[in-house]
Amino acid sequence: MSEIASPELASVIILGTGQGGFQLAMSLREEGFTGRIVMVGDEAFIPYQRPPLSKAFLSGGTDEEGVLLRPPSYFADHNIELRASTRAVRIDRATRKLILSTGEELAYDHLALATGARNRRLAVEGADLAGVVQLRDLAEAITIRDALPTISRVVVIGAGFIGLEFAATARAKGIEVTVIEAAGRPMARAISRPMSEFFQAKHEATGINFRFQDGVRRILGEERRASGVETTSGELIPADLILVGIGILPNVELAEDAGILVEDGIVVDEFMATSDASISAFGDCARAPNRYARAPLRIESVQNAVDQARCLAQRLTGKPTPYVALPWFWSDQGGLKLQIAGLTNPHDEAIARGDPVSGAFSVFCFNQGRFLGAESVNRVHDYMLARRLLAKGAELAPSQAADIGFDLKSLLN
Amino acid sequence: MAKITYVEISGVRKDVEVKTGTTLMHGAVLNGVKGIEAECGGNCMCATCHVYVEPSQLALLPPKSDDEDAMLGSTASPNKANSRLSCQIKSSDALNGLVVYMPPRQS
Repeated sequence: MSEIASPELASVIILGTGQGGFQLAMSLREEGFTGRIVMVGDEAFIPYQRPPLSKAFLSGGTDEEGVLLRPPSYFADHNIELRASTRAVRIDRATRKLILSTGEELAYDHLALATGARNRRLAVEGADLAGVVQLRDLAEAITIRDALPTISRVVVIGAGFIGLEFAATARAKGIEVTVIEAAGRPMARAISRPMSEFFQAKHEATGINFRFQDGVRRILGEERRASGVETTSGELIPADLILVGIGILPNVELAEDAGILVEDGIVVDEFMATSDASISAFGDCARAPNRYARAPLRIESVQNAVDQARCLAQRLTGKPTPYVALPWFWSDQGGLKLQIAGLTNPHDEAIARGDPVSGAFSVFCFNQGRFLGAESVNRVHDYMLARRLLAKGAELAPSQAADIGFDLKSLLN
Repeated sequence: MAKITYVEISGVRKDVEVKTGTTLMHGAVLNGVKGIEAECGGNCMCATCHVYVEPSQLALLPPKSDDEDAMLGSTASPNKANSRLSCQIKSSDALNGLVVYMPPRQS
């Protein structure tokens, strides 16, 4: 699988115009690639950042122009052909062509799949009523932003990052917010219990209501418009807007239909190569080995998409280097800045450093005594040190993490 | 509004009028300055919008926050006394004529 592509490629077709797809185009040009680059994506916009959509974009801190990754002129200036509003329907591996919904066929020397992911849909009665929204792309964010001024009550289904970022933004506008979550605590899949409890308390202090270990039986509606939620436990919660944030599904169907190996994500090696030497995959849609994980995995983050794109650009320009980047994540919820360094799950020990009551602390996560990573809120120094410790492979003991007097920097020498 | 001069690693100088309130990172990205990546989009999370400020003009800038200072600890190019994250500097009339240099690498 790690067969190295020829450095003399004439054309690279990038399927997906998200941040990963864009980074690949940009990195290819920076690495000196002079061949044809075509980006194909079904969204109507030129590449933009998704992270601000659930935060600054909804609060009015930025707008459609402010989220663009580069200005419109960038693409012509760098000889990158951008096909927005264009859907690909099939990959013909035998003739190395990407077939578009218009019937047009794009020939490729190399095809890079940056197809990303889509929101998991809520499968209950009423889920298709007006006023039930999801938030992943700019079109959805515009709809929500424009609706918010007329909204007084929202229900958020799913207490993950997106749900809570949205909940905090809505609450800051004075909107009544209730969050329904199947697990027993917020962000249960992603973060440790102490950090989860901290965020729950902070959100509750702003007036956000939580319903844990509860689900949605159906969405109630009046005249084809959602008016509330009936929970699994039988509670009726009225709402003008219902945001569903219950996870994502990787967009792997085109690859799967073409016979490329898919196991949850599109399977790639540490050079982003799929089971077809002329096709690569990276970002949210790909399942890749990672030096910080025991087994290949899919990671849904900007860092992962961007660093994997850079890795692929290196290989496609004849400088193959295996992927070694340290995973990191962030989430802004209200005034709280959560930063995560490393892959902290599964952990069997979560050690707080600093005092949660102060509003700034970190949780260092361990598995059988091995340091996995750290979650920090408003403690950037801990986060940066954790990044450096992990990258260096330094051995941090749980007792050292717990001792606020212990200088973490001493392990870097 | 301020005229900001961005000096790319090749030595090319780009003069950009950056609106008051817009960050120097955004001013660079929207005007095709090479050498700013800004992968986190201006959240002070990634340290890939690192610039070196003309040393004689450092006093024009508001001081670094603790967060910015901490993030500068992980830049790909050396963190120097005149290192700043361009996403944390907002343009204003006071910055007119500021010169910033791109580092050799951001990642």
